Amino acid sequence: MTIYADNAATTKMSRTAIDAMLPYMEEIYGNPSSLHSVGQRANEALADARKRIAACLGCETREIIFTSGGSEADNHAITSAAYLGEKQGKKHIISTAFEHHAVLHTLKRLEKEGFEITLLDVHENGLITAKQVSDAIRPDTCLVTVMYANNEIGTIQPIEEIGAVCRERGVLFHTDAVQAAGHLHIDVKAQNIDMLSLSAHKFHGPKGIGALYAKRGIRLTNLIEGGAQEQGRRAGTENIPAIMGMAAALEEACAHIDENAAKVSALRDRLIAGLAEIPHGILNGDAVHRLPGNVNFCFEGIEGESLLLLLDDKGVYASSGSACTSGSLDPSHVLLAIGRPHEIAHGSLRLTLSEETTAEEVDYVIQAVRNVVEYLRGMSPVWRDLASGKQQFVTK
Amino acid sequence: MALYSDKVMDHFRNPRNVGVIEDADGVGEVGNAKCGDIMKIYLKIDDDTITDVKFETFGCGSAIASSSMATELIKGKPVSEAMELTNKAVAEALDGLPAHKLHCSVLAEEAIKAALKDYYDKNGIAYDESQFPDCASCGHCDV
Repeated sequence: MTIYADNAATTKMSRTAIDAMLPYMEEIYGNPSSLHSVGQRANEALADARKRIAACLGCETREIIFTSGGSEADNHAITSAAYLGEKQGKKHIISTAFEHHAVLHTLKRLEKEGFEITLLDVHENGLITAKQVSDAIRPDTCLVTVMYANNEIGTIQPIEEIGAVCRERGVLFHTDAVQAAGHLHIDVKAQNIDMLSLSAHKFHGPKGIGALYAKRGIRLTNLIEGGAQEQGRRAGTENIPAIMGMAAALEEACAHIDENAAKVSALRDRLIAGLAEIPHGILNGDAVHRLPGNVNFCFEGIEGESLLLLLDDKGVYASSGSACTSGSLDPSHVLLAIGRPHEIAHGSLRLTLSEETTAEEVDYVIQAVRNVVEYLRGMSPVWRDLASGKQQFVTK
Repeated sequence: MALYSDKVMDHFRNPRNVGVIEDADGVGEVGNAKCGDIMKIYLKIDDDTITDVKFETFGCGSAIASSSMATELIKGKPVSEAMELTNKAVAEALDGLPAHKLHCSVLAEEAIKAALKDYYDKNGIAYDESQFPDCASCGHCDV
């Protein structure tokens, strides 16, 4: 039995998405910029895909720009807003400590260019509040960028309220909705969102394609110079097959969003309940304001990479925020941001489910995790010290 | 997974010499939970020979495999030979480690030496301090 529980990393493509792509590889392979029929057919498809994606987000067609994925969309949105702000003498940006690196590293670069960055602290439950944003806004603030839902611990931020604060104060608001799109309702107008990033492979679409929504009137800075594609805002021949796959996948996800959320969150809660029975473990992130498919635990006395390798042997594909899996010396910045000590953060496990996950699989995962945690604790000197009382447990 | 050699995976999946020696003649613990790896080595030494060795490790796959291999390399050997164990020998015996995991083999060498130092201390045996580098020598703990 193999169980794919790493859907926050990427998803399996849906049949609908694959079928939507194939004609644009085999028959309608023209360049949308070409004047001949096969080019123009591709161009029509492109316009249609843009319209359908805009409909899913509640925006206008021309407000959608296709990108190579979520990271590019984040880079594009943040860089553009920063340079717009700079022109008005506003060089302060607000974000949070647990954003994706596509956001954090872009902000790091802007900081080197002279921008001032405020990273809001995240509460232990993995949430920030609109009040925190409001309190941090200054006359020279040009952008607030807060993720819709966190990629590691799945917590859902009060986007609509944050958007309202930004709108009231006249500050641009961008949200990295890479984990949310296709899983949570998005209506950029109602939610006061000025810019939003999404990535197709997080909702059963293809990899290497994403979109940026930018409200009409926001002048974007080109990251890629070249031809006049995307209304001159993003050069390069459009990846039509991937765009068609993304449009189909997003439409399908949005059409079933409530039933999928109900089904997957029931499985999530079953998994959380099962893992909560393992002593000295703790759920990371709020249990309620949480993506339907996200489960993230820390287990004391063990290290995440060895946990993943042994789960892999049992056919369970998961991920972890331990330093060993990140390739750096520090464990996940998200777990540190919610106040988990290093020692505990190394023992993290993220399991992210999809509509295809079954209750039987969830039960198998619970048993597998239980066995592996117990086995690793059995050879851990840290666990020995905790169990003998030489060291204090952090969790219950 | 192609991350590690078959040898590493074998020693990770079936670690040799896991456990504790209650009446150990030398015990060494190195690493830091903050960094994500701790190794503890227990030695039983009779007549200047390592007659038994056990380990406990908190850490990643290569940390567990490195501990296991290091214990295999010194089991039954004279103390003087165990003192010669290098991280390179551990890594080579495992058919190599990824570059960013080499510190695991360093930790294994240091854990063995820490246990031997403990044995020397307990038995009043003189030794050269310079033979025992600080745990922080790999730089991994400087966070």
